[in-house]
Amino acid sequence: MIKPYVADLHIHTVLSPCAEIEMTPKLIIDKALSKQIDILAITDHNSAENVKAVIKAATGKKVKIFPGIEVETREEVHIICIFDDPEKTLELQKMIYRNLPNIKNKEEIFGAQLVVNSKGEFIRKNERLLLTATSLSIEDVVKKVKELDGICYPAHIDRPSYSIISNLGFIPPQLNFLAIEISSKADIYDILLNHEELKNYTIISSGDAHRLSELSTRTVFWIEKPTLDELKLAFLNKNGRKVSLKKHRKEKT
Amino acid sequence: MNHKLEGGSVTLREIKYKLSLKIKTAKEHLNIEVTGGYSSDLLSDVMANAKKGNIWITVQSHPNIVAVASLLELSAVIVTGGKKIEKETLSRAEREDITIFDTTDSTFNIVGKLYKMGVIGG
Repeated sequence: MIKPYVADLHIHTVLSPCAEIEMTPKLIIDKALSKQIDILAITDHNSAENVKAVIKAATGKKVKIFPGIEVETREEVHIICIFDDPEKTLELQKMIYRNLPNIKNKEEIFGAQLVVNSKGEFIRKNERLLLTATSLSIEDVVKKVKELDGICYPAHIDRPSYSIISNLGFIPPQLNFLAIEISSKADIYDILLNHEELKNYTIISSGDAHRLSELSTRTVFWIEKPTLDELKLAFLNKNGRKVSLKKHRKEKT
Repeated sequence: MNHKLEGGSVTLREIKYKLSLKIKTAKEHLNIEVTGGYSSDLLSDVMANAKKGNIWITVQSHPNIVAVASLLELSAVIVTGGKKIEKETLSRAEREDITIFDTTDSTFNIVGKLYKMGVIGG
């Protein structure tokens, strides 16, 4: 039976230097449960070193976690990549690490990059700066994700930086993205008025949450169960699966 | 020694010669005169601000640069910093008749040299 699943497929943990210290596995899951979010994707910058911890923390909870990475391509475009298996995510991470410049993170400028366990306890720091472009092209990333049976799509295409439209002018059609992501506060009609060519894409809206209050409930997947294959069907608008988008509402604090 | 003729415009040939650029595509257009220059690596910014006939200096080598150059009818693109230009970019540029140069020199130096030759922005 097809049911609505509220999803936020773009969440940062304390591994992302720009994320707040509250973005630990347990607190992310508690917040998702309290907002009645059914599906989350963990997508740190160029790394997946916290995905297993979040998946473990969600064991027995009513929230499904997809492991993922927000890759920065050499065009400085952010691409969200999501998998059904943490090992595949780590496979992509391997390719990223081979193509990430070896720059030491400066915590006082960018923030700390913390690897934690499922309880949110500190394990170690990732010393290598994650917040920078890899030497992989968008095409390289799309190809690798396809090989690994994952899903990928351009992040926050309405933003003036790190977006495929700002950096490359338009979305290269030959990439055949199944979907595009807009920011949690973006107005979909505002975007379509300016970019008519986007009307054929499935559009989702994600929180790009760097703090707990930014978890977004705008995107609803109409699917049978929270699996990657079902998400793909919803992106393709097939077999009765679909994606719907709620208007942005400011969270009451 | 300044070989620039009085009142003459700067051609792609003169730019190629003085900046020691390698020409990668659409080699038959060296007589084209440039109307000025623009430099940016954000393609949306180029689309908004570069003008017809401008020569564009960038580190981007994605195939989309060809579409932008063609859309705006730019005179040529110089890819700086010794970036390896994607095959798809080169084949598309041949198809769309867009001249692409490449150089190991930096954007800063190339823009400086162009400015000195009388190629200016705006």
